[in-house]
Amino acid sequence: MAAAIPAEAKIAATFDARQQLGTLWRHPVLRAALKAVLTVLVATTITFTLIRLLPGNPVDLRIDELTRDGAMTYEEARAQVAGLYAIELDAPLPQQYASFLWNVLHGDLGNSFLSRGTPVTGIILAVLPWTLFAVGTGLLLSFAVGIGLGLLAAYRRGSVFDQAVSTAGSIVSSVPNYLVAILLVLVLGVQLRIVPITQMRGAYSPGVQPGLSLDFIGDVLFHAALPITVFFLTHIGHWILSMRNATLAALEEDFVVAARARGLPDSRITTAYVGRNAVLPLVTQLAISVGFIVGGAVLIEQIFVYQGVGLRLLRAVAQRDYPVMQGILLLVTVSVVVANLVADLLYSRLDPRIGRAA
Amino acid sequence: MSVISLIAIIARRPVGLIGLLGVGGFLVMTYAVPLVVPPQSTVDVANVYRTPSLVHPLGTDFEGRDVLNQIIYGGRDIVNVALIAALLSTLIAVTFGSLAATLGGKVDTAVLTIADVVLTVPQLIVLIVVAALFRPEGFVLVALILASLQWAGLLRQIRAQVLSLKEREYVEAARSLDLSLFHVIFREMLPNMASYVAIHFIFAMTGAVYAQVGLIVLGLIPLSGANWGVMLYFAQSQGALYFSDSFWYILSPILAISLFQLSLVALASGLEDVFNPRLRVG
Repeated sequence: MAAAIPAEAKIAATFDARQQLGTLWRHPVLRAALKAVLTVLVATTITFTLIRLLPGNPVDLRIDELTRDGAMTYEEARAQVAGLYAIELDAPLPQQYASFLWNVLHGDLGNSFLSRGTPVTGIILAVLPWTLFAVGTGLLLSFAVGIGLGLLAAYRRGSVFDQAVSTAGSIVSSVPNYLVAILLVLVLGVQLRIVPITQMRGAYSPGVQPGLSLDFIGDVLFHAALPITVFFLTHIGHWILSMRNATLAALEEDFVVAARARGLPDSRITTAYVGRNAVLPLVTQLAISVGFIVGGAVLIEQIFVYQGVGLRLLRAVAQRDYPVMQGILLLVTVSVVVANLVADLLYSRLDPRIGRAA
Repeated sequence: MSVISLIAIIARRPVGLIGLLGVGGFLVMTYAVPLVVPPQSTVDVANVYRTPSLVHPLGTDFEGRDVLNQIIYGGRDIVNVALIAALLSTLIAVTFGSLAATLGGKVDTAVLTIADVVLTVPQLIVLIVVAALFRPEGFVLVALILASLQWAGLLRQIRAQVLSLKEREYVEAARSLDLSLFHVIFREMLPNMASYVAIHFIFAMTGAVYAQVGLIVLGLIPLSGANWGVMLYFAQSQGALYFSDSFWYILSPILAISLFQLSLVALASGLEDVFNPRLRVG
């Protein structure tokens, strides 16, 4: 093909470069990393552009406020507000974006517009642990219980237990999580009055001293109990059904039949042969779900008034606090991307067949 | 396979039957019943938050209006958005998924990379910010925004399907006859992917309902008229949720949304059985 074209050497050089790029692209880990960087970049670009286009931004609002009763001229108000927010809104968008990216690379997400002088990084770090704790606990609990129930259901395929668990699983996984949350407030909190809904608001009670004391841990669990319950209930169906299907598939594998023929004890077949192979793909799914940890929590945190990242995001949206919004969006995107990367790596580590095929 | 025989096969298993009846029932309720039942918006302060009775089967709201009437009229926006969003995202996925697979090369890499990025972006968060920015009014715009984030998963599946289908003899025959790409994709390949498309259309609907109602409950989509989501938004923002008399007013939209979602999932599961003959036997 190259022979028919003149200037062979040059073409061979570019062809070589392209081939090398192609090899890089085909390398699973490198490609995953490259995609991760690209995703973060695209997501930040889009959100940055979107957020700067926001109508009625806080600067305009503040200028309106200052000039409304004729106390200040427009120029005076604008100068004062620019100083207040320490933001150059006159600069063109690309320039604002470039400085934003540069700052992000240095871990500086800017300062909140509204709580003056408070770094966004600090605001996010103050609420992030609560979200991670609540969703993480709910997710891990649902994974552990769901896997167990799914395995049992598959072993007793067609039994009453199987039908009950499978049906319940598909029902709870199709009801939106925020409806489950509202239902919990409605039934347990308001109608039956079993749960003191208003006392459970926040991440911990105001009087309790944060620290490694039994009081504090108990209080944290008390406040996180409802969000954890919702995450547990809304995720468990997925794990039950996936584990059941994966186990059914594994039970038909030749190596399981062979293990039975060799007279291995049932308990060993269940754990080392069936269970291990069935749970493999679910572990990567778990890693991916962890990435959506913050995203899925927004409505739940709002309904229970649990002070996590989601509630903070909604507050920032309501106040049109650009830097906080951007910071949270960025954080969530990065966490999803990292979780996906971990899932990719984990899978090729756990299942040697994947690495070999690539 | 005719529509009637398809329905007959779906209805053979209880899951499919439940799905058919449920989805059918909701479509009748949102599109046909309003033609017969007039809307009731008369405020009746003497009958605030009544429990279910013969006159008001689901009780009354904070202004004494009939809740059942609001449930009947409150589905149209939500079902409309779900249908349009699912249609749009399916169209995008089928078109670009099959184009990527047939053309291959750079187009394929580009489309797949974009799909990967869209799949990775945390949807609900982006939706919240987008909704806060644009305050989308009208259900077509809402559906458009939802669809623009929903197509990526189906696209990957369509692409994989087309990749395997394009090696089949009848597709090669069509290509050697020099039939257009449009013909090859939509006339030769698409009928063989009908199962994927139909099932994903339904799941796209459930996704659209979830995201849309979520945004309404957060108050991020401007409230026009009454729908199931708006009822919940009011319940939450005006504190009715914490008022023990309002039980039926709040439970009704929760049940409506949940039952609609459940019916859709049941229908999808019924369709899976039809298209997967291995499962049909068991």
